[in-house]
Amino acid sequence: MTTTIRGRAWVFGDALNTDAMYPAFAMKLDIPEAAKHVFYQVRPGWTSQVRPGDIVIAGKNFGLGSSRPVAQLFRHLGVAALVAEEFNSLFLRNAVNAGLPALPAPGVTRLFRDGDQGCFDIATGTYRNETTGATGQARPLPPLVLEILASGGVLPRLAEQGYLPAELADVLRSGAIPADAGSGGA
Amino acid sequence: MGMTMIEKMLARKAGLPQVAPGDVVTVEVDMCVLIDLQFATLWMQPSRIHDPDKVAVVMDHAVPAPSLKDAEGGPRARKFVADFGIKRFYDVGRHGICHQIIAENGLARPGEVLACTDSHTCAAGAYNTAARGLGPAEVYSILCTGSTWFQVAPTVRYEFGGALPESVSGKDVFLHIADAYGDAVNQNLEFGGSGLASIPVGDRRTIATQAAEISADFATFGVDDVLRDFLDRHGVTGYQAAEPDPDASYADVRRIDLGILEPYVARPGTVSRNGVPVSQAERRRIDQAFIGSCANGQLDDLRIAAGILRGRKVADGVRLLVTPASQEVYREAMRRGYLQDIADAGGVVTNSTCGACFGYHMGVLGPGEVCLTSSTRNFTGRMGSTEAEIYMASPATVATSAVTGVITDPRSLTS
Ligand code: SF4
Repeated sequence: MTTTIRGRAWVFGDALNTDAMYPAFAMKLDIPEAAKHVFYQVRPGWTSQVRPGDIVIAGKNFGLGSSRPVAQLFRHLGVAALVAEEFNSLFLRNAVNAGLPALPAPGVTRLFRDGDQGCFDIATGTYRNETTGATGQARPLPPLVLEILASGGVLPRLAEQGYLPAELADVLRSGAIPADAGSGGA
Repeated sequence: MGMTMIEKMLARKAGLPQVAPGDVVTVEVDMCVLIDLQFATLWMQPSRIHDPDKVAVVMDHAVPAPSLKDAEGGPRARKFVADFGIKRFYDVGRHGICHQIIAENGLARPGEVLACTDSHTCAAGAYNTAARGLGPAEVYSILCTGSTWFQVAPTVRYEFGGALPESVSGKDVFLHIADAYGDAVNQNLEFGGSGLASIPVGDRRTIATQAAEISADFATFGVDDVLRDFLDRHGVTGYQAAEPDPDASYADVRRIDLGILEPYVARPGTVSRNGVPVSQAERRRIDQAFIGSCANGQLDDLRIAAGILRGRKVADGVRLLVTPASQEVYREAMRRGYLQDIADAGGVVTNSTCGACFGYHMGVLGPGEVCLTSSTRNFTGRMGSTEAEIYMASPATVATSAVTGVITDPRSLTS
């Protein structure tokens, strides 16, 4: 897997919580419908502007809150990676487990504005704003986390290890359904 | 160098002599708890699992099913437990909110690791358990493999001194801590000290539960006589408790004099640096008062609420909702007459479920409404409309305010 992720940045503020990304009413909807409500409070209409390959950059305490599978919604929208000054650890794990790279990068929100082109290497932690030329250094993700990401998340990994029925493993490999196993808590 | 309480647990479960902040460790998980929501969307039954005796399935968040989607999850859960011979299945009727079920059934054991698909799983830290909420995919992975990984975070220790005054509860202790110290992102919390003896186990669980609100990783309490007695009564024996080393290294040690605490309320949006003693709070009019959730739908919470409501009436224009944390709490509260007192006062007692706590069913707030809740989370939009305001306080403060119709200090109520 390439550990370099390039994409257009969307920059958000501090303490964005899971309920703001995946509200309870959206939990009653299927993933494609639910995905239309990401950031519905803080930036209404964002889900029709975001394009596959974009990168979400957020501030401190990103993802405080529930275990609900917000990463599924980002993946559905085609978001390529999450980067933040600081992550809530449950939220970071959920992203990684869903195969969505999540990189803690202190200082990053000062270097990016909406629409800038960013390039992040999650294995070395180096990153660059290709629009302005500014660069930064984050701590690289631990090897175990990189391994999970390389598998595309925990479920494809479990499929490789034979924990899932063969037909499901095939579907997972094809990427036809998001790599998750049910909806999370609250 | 010495280890903190959580470092001790993680080292032991990882089979290592020592762990330190920053280390990534793979640990064995002793109990893996799945909730109903896991079965409602995208559930796929695994072909094999690690160990059915280390699994529990709890129907809690959306029971009885409020939507077709949730209704479809039930049969999948039942099939799963039947196919794999999972004995710890808490189906509707013997159900409760997962963290209450974990407590009642002794699923959390000192020094062991517990994982569950609800973010407030740190609740079981009250029993000296390394417990964490994890996402559905990860819990699924633990179900299959029996293990997971953690990156060890630095620990902050709270040293309690003095004794908890009358009318001040674990909720108030937590709201004070959250207000005074703010977020604990990527930190573990550890609680101990001579004052611990004055905090009942249920209130310790409230504190541990709410650690999720300040973004903490694990929140663990030491083992003392009060906890030992609780564990005995719940059939938890043969455990190996984890106590910190005297030379453990902490990110910070904070001393809290319990004796000077008073009832607190958190203002809407967050509990972090957003609280105020109720005695100094604005006397805001409320539309809904909620006593429930894994944090504060315990028997003691219902006892306190019933004591305040007995012989009084819920104010006009206020809806008081009371949701027992489990069917067992419900039945015991009924036996003791608490539910009668609550209903006689004009409160509505619901079945045990997460319900209003996460704005999913039974008590969703409308635009412009103000709620005072004893549940776990006061994010904007958490309990329904994003234009509703959610204040958070103890069951005593909520019950008192339901009677007066405005946010009121429980100590001000005269008999
Ligand atoms: S009551 Fe609320 S916080 Fe507790 S488990 Fe249920 S949804 Fe989560």
